[in-house]
Amino acid sequence: MHIIDRRLNPKGKSLPNRQRFLRRAKALVRKAVHENSSSRGIRDVEQGGELSIPRDGVSEPGFHHGRGGGLRNYVLPGNKEYLEGDKIPRPPTGGGRGNEGSADGGGEDDFRFMLSRDEFVDLFLEDLELPDLVKRRLATSESTSLQRAGYAASGSPANLALARTMRNSLSRRLALKRPRAAEIRSLREEIEALERTGKDPARLAELMEQLEGLLARTTRIPYVDPLDVRYKRFESVPKPIARAVMFCLMDVSGSMTEDMKDLAKRFFMLLHIFLTRRYRHVDVVFIRHTHIAQEVDEDTFFHSPETGGTVVSTALEEMARVVRERYPTSDWNIYAAQASDGDNTSIDAHKTAALMADVILPVCQYYAYIEVGRDDDFMPAGPIRRDTDLWRTYKVLVQPGVPLAMRKVRHRRDIFPVFRDLFQRNAEPSAKEVT
Amino acid sequence: MTASPAAPAVHTAAEPLYSGADWDFDTLRRVHAAVEEIALDELGLDVYPNQIEVITTEQMLDAYSSSALPLLYKHWSFGKHFAQHEMLYRKGMRGLAYEIVINSSPCISYVMEENSATMQTLVIAHAAFGHNHFFKNNYLFRQWTDAESILDYLAFAQSYIADCEERYGSLPVERLLDSAHALNSQGVFRYPRKKTPDLRSEQIRALERQEHQERMFNDLWRTVPQAAPKAPDEAAREEERRRSLLQLPQENVLYFLEKTAPNLQNWQREILRIVRNIAQYFYPQRQTKVMNEGCATFVHHTIMTRLHERGLITDGAYLEFLQSHTNVVFQPEFDDPRYSGINPYALGFAMMKDIERVCLDPTDEDRQWFPDIAGCGEPMAVLRDCWANYRDESFVLQFLGPQVMRDLHLFEIEDDADEPMLSVEAIHNERGYRRVREMLARQYDIAWVEPDIQVVDVDLAGNRRLMLQHRVVNGILLDESDAKAVLRHLANLWGYDVALQEVDAVTGMVMKDHEAVPRRRFA
Repeated sequence: MHIIDRRLNPKGKSLPNRQRFLRRAKALVRKAVHENSSSRGIRDVEQGGELSIPRDGVSEPGFHHGRGGGLRNYVLPGNKEYLEGDKIPRPPTGGGRGNEGSADGGGEDDFRFMLSRDEFVDLFLEDLELPDLVKRRLATSESTSLQRAGYAASGSPANLALARTMRNSLSRRLALKRPRAAEIRSLREEIEALERTGKDPARLAELMEQLEGLLARTTRIPYVDPLDVRYKRFESVPKPIARAVMFCLMDVSGSMTEDMKDLAKRFFMLLHIFLTRRYRHVDVVFIRHTHIAQEVDEDTFFHSPETGGTVVSTALEEMARVVRERYPTSDWNIYAAQASDGDNTSIDAHKTAALMADVILPVCQYYAYIEVGRDDDFMPAGPIRRDTDLWRTYKVLVQPGVPLAMRKVRHRRDIFPVFRDLFQRNAEPSAKEVT
Repeated sequence: MTASPAAPAVHTAAEPLYSGADWDFDTLRRVHAAVEEIALDELGLDVYPNQIEVITTEQMLDAYSSSALPLLYKHWSFGKHFAQHEMLYRKGMRGLAYEIVINSSPCISYVMEENSATMQTLVIAHAAFGHNHFFKNNYLFRQWTDAESILDYLAFAQSYIADCEERYGSLPVERLLDSAHALNSQGVFRYPRKKTPDLRSEQIRALERQEHQERMFNDLWRTVPQAAPKAPDEAAREEERRRSLLQLPQENVLYFLEKTAPNLQNWQREILRIVRNIAQYFYPQRQTKVMNEGCATFVHHTIMTRLHERGLITDGAYLEFLQSHTNVVFQPEFDDPRYSGINPYALGFAMMKDIERVCLDPTDEDRQWFPDIAGCGEPMAVLRDCWANYRDESFVLQFLGPQVMRDLHLFEIEDDADEPMLSVEAIHNERGYRRVREMLARQYDIAWVEPDIQVVDVDLAGNRRLMLQHRVVNGILLDESDAKAVLRHLANLWGYDVALQEVDAVTGMVMKDHEAVPRRRFA
């Protein structure tokens, strides 16, 4: 008897099978992820979860008996009152499976399974992208790739250029007249023949001398000299990649309720996940504003409380300052996402519009504006409902060719669809309301 | 077992093998030794050498999804099963099996690290001795599986299919496997094939025949007037010859395709062969669920009880065992929401316990029903004989006694689609025993449970259409949408049109026609 401890064996033996399954059901899974994501909280995105897809797409057919029809006999346990000859009405489930119906009753329509966090996020973000990413000048960065670049006299043995080395060796041997092996062999044969016959000793001595000379020359001139050796040379070539920066502008003023802040933060969190998972070279700048704006770090942005009045233009000014100082438009693709409840001091409206039109929008690849509303102030669309100050300010800016997109979000469940909508491939910037 | 007081009393009043729930490898070794002693000396079991492998939950899930085989080629359907098992397990809807055992030599039993010491003892008794004995001795396993070489074959299959994926791309291989899997249950031989006779045995046979004729020679026969010898029908002979060359009719559709399909490449034929060989390996298991589990359950119950009697496990451990044992052999009644068919553990264990009782302490009824074994006093000999020579269907038909039927309150209903009501045909009483027994046996008869589908003809000289036939019993037709899907796979493999006729087995009347044309044939 042997006891073997297999616990330390590599895990995930069925991982390749799982990947094959996901690849097979990809279209279905993707659809399910998108449907599913609308009902999820943002934190859940980071957790993966249960998913169900139609059974049809992943069915494994086989010949088996159909459900209805024919004459069937069943033996069942647990008789209580039946006697031979009793008639029992068919159970309403139909199909003629009799009392055995519960054997495989539930869950026939859908195939349910769990997706891991990574699988879920990857599928969710799969067809999203930052629009117009390579329009600006391509800047170099730390990414490099190796390229063949001629030969070098030194290098690692793995890079030995054998053909080149032998070519050098051959030309050196020719130039220095290294005796050929055949030459020496024929000389030896002649000497042997002379020695055997024993005539013409003078010739023999001459030949011996000649052979000695040749052998000495052979040892002096090596077959392969360190001089001949060449190595393949590689040069690291910088790879151009697009650099991008995303500005996250959030209104944290007093008019924003906790719910609204929560919505805005959820949006930015999703944006953050999207950027960090999909792009390796994206800077994120967090700016929050009340009546004054300040650039903060990620943690403060998401977690620190703040309150005050609302002057939107301060945030735009701050952004313009950061762009000026750190992100020259010649080198960077600039994106911005702004979340606000739409309130703005009325005297600021003009300044905001001017800043947007003259400074911000011209340098931006894409500017997304999210207006968060209260869930409970939903009213049927009508004359009573009026757009907020900021919405009206921005609305006049929306024109074909202007990279500005505006969306309204009132409920947690809107965040995923709006987010997808904003960053969908080939999405046209426009003002649309999602409620 | 109560009648064997002379059992070797080596360990009486000994120290228990373990205490508490913790165990280490040393415990496993001691437990195995103690269980082995009882299993071999007292129960007379005959087993392959054991190999016990300790695995984690995750590895158990892995093993689940690849049909419990330790290594298997890669295919998305296994990933699908894994995903399903994983979800059910994570949501707590289903526990994991405590063990998995593989019919191989050495016999590999997987035990989970989370099991308590008592559970490990139970698993060793159940799998490493119960199932192991069954695998080694049952005639179906001896006939159809080769325990020595299965692991090597699986390793070969895995690497061969991986090579094919590398060489021909993973998608064509996946598509081929999809199609082959669809015909999985049509990929087994249900009867041993005739061996092609070699020259020597042919010669012996000819000699014997000649001797026989010489012995039987009687000149009188020459005088009896005979009908003129009929001219052999040339066409019929030719037809006969063609069919025998193609081995028609053929129940093993995958085998037929492997040998006959016109367009398949060699590697594709080899993959079909791998799929059908693995299906064949599982063929005995499908027919012996009740016996296999019953045997293992009976063995673990006997061994655990004996261990307890000898003081090798504590009272607490014994209670823990009983609790999980009763869970295993629990049979919900038909109107219970938990009911999902007859529990093979429950039926097998009940029948085997009943056989033990009949052997040791028979009633008059038992003497009448089982005259051969009633009161013979050697239950283990009888059971070992059952385990070796029966499958579920024949075992139920032979050994389901009235006592078990009464205990389980078995009754039979008939569901005729033409009648408005179901009717109770037989119950557990004097009039009904035999019918209930016969019908229950039929539920385990693979010929009743699975549709009988055969390749009946192929028009090789014409349009190469492949003809299949489903012999319909009791008017039960195939599930239509699945049948269509499978036929499409079959048409792709065959490369030409395929037709399936559903023919009533009794009247020969055609009940339904299915046809399929190849969409994307394999080539």
